[in-house]
Amino acid sequence: MAKTATEYFDNLRESRIWRSIFRSGSGSSTLHRSLAIQQNIFLHLFSTKVRRRMLNLSATWYLGTLTFGTFLILVVTGILLMLYYHPSVPQAYADTKDLQFVVSSGLFLRNLHRWSAHAMVFLVFAHMFKVFYRGAYRPPREFNWVIGVILLLVTLLLSYTGYLLPWDQLAFWAITVGSNIASAVPLLGNKIHFMLLGGNLVNANALLRFYVLHCMILPLAAMFLIGIHFWRIRKDGGLYAHQSEPATVRAKAMAKQAQ
Amino acid sequence: MPEEKHEPKPAVGNEFNRRDFFVKLGLGSLSIAAAGTAVFAYQFLSPNVLYEPSPIVNAGKPESYPLDSVTLDVNSGIYVIHAKEGFFSVGAVCTHLGCLTAWKPELGIIACPCHGSKFQRDGTKIEGPAPKPLPWFRTWVSDEGDLMVDRSAPIRALQFVRV
Repeated sequence: MAKTATEYFDNLRESRIWRSIFRSGSGSSTLHRSLAIQQNIFLHLFSTKVRRRMLNLSATWYLGTLTFGTFLILVVTGILLMLYYHPSVPQAYADTKDLQFVVSSGLFLRNLHRWSAHAMVFLVFAHMFKVFYRGAYRPPREFNWVIGVILLLVTLLLSYTGYLLPWDQLAFWAITVGSNIASAVPLLGNKIHFMLLGGNLVNANALLRFYVLHCMILPLAAMFLIGIHFWRIRKDGGLYAHQSEPATVRAKAMAKQAQ
Repeated sequence: MPEEKHEPKPAVGNEFNRRDFFVKLGLGSLSIAAAGTAVFAYQFLSPNVLYEPSPIVNAGKPESYPLDSVTLDVNSGIYVIHAKEGFFSVGAVCTHLGCLTAWKPELGIIACPCHGSKFQRDGTKIEGPAPKPLPWFRTWVSDEGDLMVDRSAPIRALQFVRV
């Protein structure tokens, strides 16, 4: 009888190299499963136990996970696009055209980056609506909602800064208009406009600043906040499940007592 | 959840059950996708167009090089040499680790400032660490009468151009 894939995987998990990286070996006891989560730097952010019905599509529609998925696609395609893009006035537009017409798979990667960006903005809003209408923003999860709102702003700023990088007419005038909106802030408006663009016009400094914001500062901020956002799910009692929320349980008990 | 697990029917002989079939199908598709990604990544990472200077250099009129002169063109990394046998061109990039060499008129040799390799003006090696002599490049006179050098075309030594 041929070995099944599961048996091969179990053998791999028992090997010395695997055990040196992941200390928990094979096995399916509750302890093994808990250790597999707790001893992994990425997985330990999450709960070791999840209510089975919270993994159903209807509970979350997987909107948060899908948003994170688009973010990962954006990071990977973005890094690859950076290999052919120079954030300078004479080269930015030509590099964008080269990515479309000269570089192998460049058009595919650029389109994937753009469509994922649109999808991410859509999914962030869908995720927030789902959380809002389920009431999952309420205590004890109120701070994670605040982090989510900041992540929405970071997402929108990533979209906005990425818009300038192709350095075409659409980009130039969109950023001209957008940065003039910033100058409507009372008292500080003109200073913000000047600092954002690194000058009075959308020019070489603005392109470089938006590039640094788009490729370094905002993605790092997003990763930092996403880490906290995921960790807070565990710390705030797991995904929101109405029937087992402390408030619901307490109200049920009170109603029983009153009878 | 172990208690909910349906044990798949044991396979008999060469048969395998539905679960094994889907596992094989899944792993197979993943391998094909991974191989495709590797090919696409390799193609993407190799530039199709380079914005590098042309390997063909216009070295100007032959009359501008006096007899018995060695002239270094710093930008293109070649020597244009007017010997009594005729014109020729050798690479100025050291064959050791790529430094730009210099012509020493007082010693009559080409010397590398990085690690001390020395060459005759015809490219032959006097002393190391350079492993090879400096290459001769294809040299010709264009229709306009300019001396042309193709840096991408090494030729056998001692092929002089007479003007």
